Amino acid sequence: MPTAGIEPLTSCLRNSAIYQLCWALLRLFVFALAPTQKMSKLIFSIFLTFTLIPLLCTSFSSDTPSDRRVLVLLDDFALKSSHSLFFNSLLSRGFDLDFKLADDPKISLQRYGHYLYDALILFCPSVERFGVSIDAAAILNFVDSGHDLIVAADSNASDLIREIATESGVDFDEDPAALVIDHSGYAFSATEGDHTLIASDNFIKSDAILGSKNIEAPVLFQGIGHSLNPSNSLVLKVLSASPSAYSANPKSKLTSPPSLTGSTISLVSVIQARNNARILISGSLSMFSNRFFRSGVQKAGSPTKHDRSGNEQFLTEISKWVFHERGHLKAVSVQHHKIGEADEPAMYRVNDDLEYSVEIYEWSGTTWEPYVADDVQVQFYMMSPYVLKTLSTDNKGRYFTSFKVPDVYGVFQFKVEYQKLGYTSLSLSKQIPVRPFRHNEYERFIPAAYPYYGAAFSMMAGFFIFTAVHLYNK
Amino acid sequence: MTTLSEDQDLSGKSISLSPTHILSHRFISKLSIRPSMAASSSSSDNAPATSSIRNAFGNVLAFFILLLIGVLAFSIRLFSVIKYESVIHEFDPYFNYRVTQYLTKNGIYDFWNWFDDRTWYPLGRVIGGTVYPGLTLIAGTLWWILNSLNIPLSVETVCVFTAPIFSAFASWATYLLTKEVKGTGAGLTAAVLLAMVPSYISRSVAGSYDNEAVAIFALIFTFYLYIKTLNTGSLFYATLNSIAYFYMVCSWGGYTFIINLIPMHALLCIVTGRYSSRLYIAYAPLVVLGTLLAALVPVVGFNAVMTSEHFASFLVFIIIHVVALVYYIKGILSPKMFKVAMALVVSVGLAVCCAMIAVLIALVASSPTKGWSGRSLSLLDPTYASKYIPIIASVSEHQPPTWPSYFMDINVLAFLVPAGIIACFLPLTDASTFVVLYIVMSVYFSGVMVRLMLVLAPAACILSGIALSQAFDVFTRSIKFQLPSLAGHSHVDAGDATSENVVPNDVAKTEKSEDTSKERTSRKSKKKEKEKEPVEKPLSKSKLKKRLLVLPLETSIIAIILLVFLGAFYVVHSVWAAAEAYSAPSIVLTSQSHDGLHVFDDFREAYAWLSHNTDVDDKVASWWDYGYQTTAMANRTVIVDNNTWNNTHIATVGTAMSSPEKAAWEIFHSLDVKYVLVVFGGLVGYPSDDINKFLWMVRIGGGVFPHIKEPDYLRDGQYRIDSEATPTMLNCLMYKLSYYRFVETDGKAFDRVRRTEIGKKYFKLTHFEEVFTTHHWMVRIYKLKPQKNRIRGKAKKSKSKASSTTASKRKGGIRRNPF
Repeated sequence: MPTAGIEPLTSCLRNSAIYQLCWALLRLFVFALAPTQKMSKLIFSIFLTFTLIPLLCTSFSSDTPSDRRVLVLLDDFALKSSHSLFFNSLLSRGFDLDFKLADDPKISLQRYGHYLYDALILFCPSVERFGVSIDAAAILNFVDSGHDLIVAADSNASDLIREIATESGVDFDEDPAALVIDHSGYAFSATEGDHTLIASDNFIKSDAILGSKNIEAPVLFQGIGHSLNPSNSLVLKVLSASPSAYSANPKSKLTSPPSLTGSTISLVSVIQARNNARILISGSLSMFSNRFFRSGVQKAGSPTKHDRSGNEQFLTEISKWVFHERGHLKAVSVQHHKIGEADEPAMYRVNDDLEYSVEIYEWSGTTWEPYVADDVQVQFYMMSPYVLKTLSTDNKGRYFTSFKVPDVYGVFQFKVEYQKLGYTSLSLSKQIPVRPFRHNEYERFIPAAYPYYGAAFSMMAGFFIFTAVHLYNK
Repeated sequence: MTTLSEDQDLSGKSISLSPTHILSHRFISKLSIRPSMAASSSSSDNAPATSSIRNAFGNVLAFFILLLIGVLAFSIRLFSVIKYESVIHEFDPYFNYRVTQYLTKNGIYDFWNWFDDRTWYPLGRVIGGTVYPGLTLIAGTLWWILNSLNIPLSVETVCVFTAPIFSAFASWATYLLTKEVKGTGAGLTAAVLLAMVPSYISRSVAGSYDNEAVAIFALIFTFYLYIKTLNTGSLFYATLNSIAYFYMVCSWGGYTFIINLIPMHALLCIVTGRYSSRLYIAYAPLVVLGTLLAALVPVVGFNAVMTSEHFASFLVFIIIHVVALVYYIKGILSPKMFKVAMALVVSVGLAVCCAMIAVLIALVASSPTKGWSGRSLSLLDPTYASKYIPIIASVSEHQPPTWPSYFMDINVLAFLVPAGIIACFLPLTDASTFVVLYIVMSVYFSGVMVRLMLVLAPAACILSGIALSQAFDVFTRSIKFQLPSLAGHSHVDAGDATSENVVPNDVAKTEKSEDTSKERTSRKSKKKEKEKEPVEKPLSKSKLKKRLLVLPLETSIIAIILLVFLGAFYVVHSVWAAAEAYSAPSIVLTSQSHDGLHVFDDFREAYAWLSHNTDVDDKVASWWDYGYQTTAMANRTVIVDNNTWNNTHIATVGTAMSSPEKAAWEIFHSLDVKYVLVVFGGLVGYPSDDINKFLWMVRIGGGVFPHIKEPDYLRDGQYRIDSEATPTMLNCLMYKLSYYRFVETDGKAFDRVRRTEIGKKYFKLTHFEEVFTTHHWMVRIYKLKPQKNRIRGKAKKSKSKASSTTASKRKGGIRRNPF
């Protein structure tokens, strides 16, 4: 990310026709003036570098949080056609997909310290190692610098994929041949009879993650299950197995109790890291396939038969969430001032009355829409919250409240810690010192002290009279 | 005299030493007569013309001597600037410097109301109400005057040189005070001694911009004005005295010494039957005006009437009024009536006093600390602090001094003081009792706290000055009597002049009360034998007595030579102390080794790094010693600093330092700390580093948070960091931050301060990362790692590959050659 000064300029350039014009003029200029071909090449490459820099560093800016460029790593290129419905839905939403083989030696995530992609899709469950410049740590660093990741594993998931999942907080079943089996929640199917094709409709109840439209049909799943650490607050079970499911190798006889059973098995999970990077981990690659998208589904024991499975809707909606087209909040223009004043003071005095306001917007995929909620709270905080107030909103994105500064001086903070299921977490803190009264801000005359004032002045008068009498009355 | 001539040598002035000791001494002894001459205008025709010329010459000489003393006092303190540079020293001066900067930038009202949000985060500190403003105001005024005269000195320069300037003032004040007690000769000697007493130099070298530097001047000057009032009975001086006391209250918490010493002296005078109206005038206005003025200083406020430190003055105030009333009634009543009234008054007075004392005791007993602050209590009971308040006991200057430190700090004065006390008793006056009381009290207090050696130093100088000057007086007079060429004529001349001058003086003063004039004359004429005699007694008798005091010529000469050697020894020692022992600024260290001089400028390196590489609002945690420097030099917010007003907050930092990494991270994170700074001396052998202070952190932390237990850090009662150290010790944050990567320096991790190899050499930090280590590893700065972006799953797999790459990358970026 370059410095803040350059960013608006370059993005403005990039997004306009003027940029194209400038670019053409510069090229013309170079070719016309460069004396030799060699030198012109050199100058050209310099220009290329300079003009590419803004293009190379458009990851996850606060202006447009949605991802743009996505790298898809595949086990083999056949997946590109067999999963084309999923990819097409991404392409139609404006993503640039870059398909590469996972073991392609030329792939790289970053160049000159800047990431080339905003998101990564790993549809390569069996890869043992990536190309030269990528390993598990590189992918995790990619996430830690604010980029998104979709990982699809499968029954033969490699250690590499498992390691990435574990680092993200998801533990796949350690038996490499295990699949999720459900003898009561399976989907009727013509060919398979081992009940590993599961129809699940245990979705997470969050409009932010799965969209406001209800997913009617169950989702088809065939693959390995994973478990989550219940104390991990960052990871969410989006699609979980039914209570009758368990994870075991369907080919061999079950000798010991399966390690993963019931609804603790998660089929699809999402992780929102602390830097709001989002990760989707699925135990099944085939659930993204055209075959699953198109096939009808009838859950065992259920009379209704759906023409198409819920996979398409489910995965489209959740990919919207993962790629920050939904559930991304931003807070801007935090303002606070004394009541009746407009300017923000550098310091408050104890017992001042102040107004606090913040504007919160949600990214809709194309524009910033006002975010409407009634549970945004602000704290006036110094080691512990002294004031905790729910902000009221004008439904246009502005949240505001007013309160009195407590009668305690110190360095306070306005804190908004907003963490809601499915939304990026907002954590605003603004430091503001609170000072005690100045020497001339106290009451000058206290009514209760009038007897003392009287005593003092009568004493002075009395002493004066006494002196006069004593000195001149002889 | 010897000291005087050597002072001229020292200050580099080329004044020739050709006038003999005898000659110059004669002028000094004449000087004592001068005030009496000035007092009576009619004496001019009585005195010979030669004498008045001599007096005038003596005045001029005394004036120049005083000037030179001032120059000496100033210049002997410049070693630190010459040897190092013009910087502020140590810890507290940095705070004073920062406050002065604020004052000069924002004016006095903003200073008065300053709420500092960059220290004691997040509590903040009300600077205006918790600081003694005297030093700051003086330096700010100096700066303002210089700037309005178009002398554009920086605030730092003014601050650096404030202390030397005020030590010149202090030596002049010493001259005035001693002159009031024993005359001009003693005054000049005492002033010279004070100008270079090592104890005072240690606190007032250039750059040592601390309260004590100006407070010693204020202390001596207040005492001078008290004695002056006591001698003259002038209300004018009494008012000045209150104002000087006010300045002292502004300057230093040590003002309680004044407000207890003066009442004690007043009480002593009353008890020994020395009550006079002059004592009343010297004492009563000081208590009333002084208390009112003291209450104006925000940091004192109602303490001036509420705390036990001040109660002695009120008690004596009551007593002196009762005594005054008794004297008054005695004057207007017949003796018979007086006896009746006396019985009445005494019984009523006793009843009232008992009632008052009962109320006071009840009030005092109702407060848990009996109304005394911890510091004062530890003065009365030297073991109090170490028993109950580790934060007071942890400060090195609050420890009792060792015997060598007396010799180091006041040197030969320690041997001269008893002679001075004897000299004070020979004509026992109000003033000399005060000086004796002063030395007795200050010797006690200096024995309690090494810091109060500073209060002892002026008293020792005054008494030694008296002793030296009296000794020279006796010896030179003996020589004068016996030298054949000078004997007859010179002696008669001197004796005549003295007697002739004394008489008119007494005539002029006859209207005053008898005992007043007696004391004054005895004080001024410096003739011990005259004290109990009426002045009109024949001169022959005094001459006879004087002859009896004459010592043999050889003895006198040898004694004078010995005294000169004594003085020379003192001067040599003082100059050595000023140049070598006390002029190190402690932020820049030097060490002399076989391959030349090494300069350790690590502190400023670290603070500069902080100010250039961290955000303005970042919080830096360190042990409180470095708080003032961090705010002043790095301009970063600190959690605790040297103004140790909040024990809990300091205990929180102490607990964090003595906790394991994770717990420490949580404590620091809750305080919004970004960086942790530790001082480590193990590489270069700098002994006052954080590991050596660590037990105090444990004690102070454990005093508030009981899960920190001192025995956990000690192996069989011994504090050690080698392989025998306890696991708690080896896992605490302070150990880890100090010794992280230490083994990379020499491969053995040999700590040069503790003289041992450390116990745990190879370890990684999980919650902190090293961001900066100074050239000699004396300051190490760590950053708190942010919370993990992701939370790992449970599956156990070796993450060696991932972690090793990141670790090596980090190390590669930061690793520095320690030399």
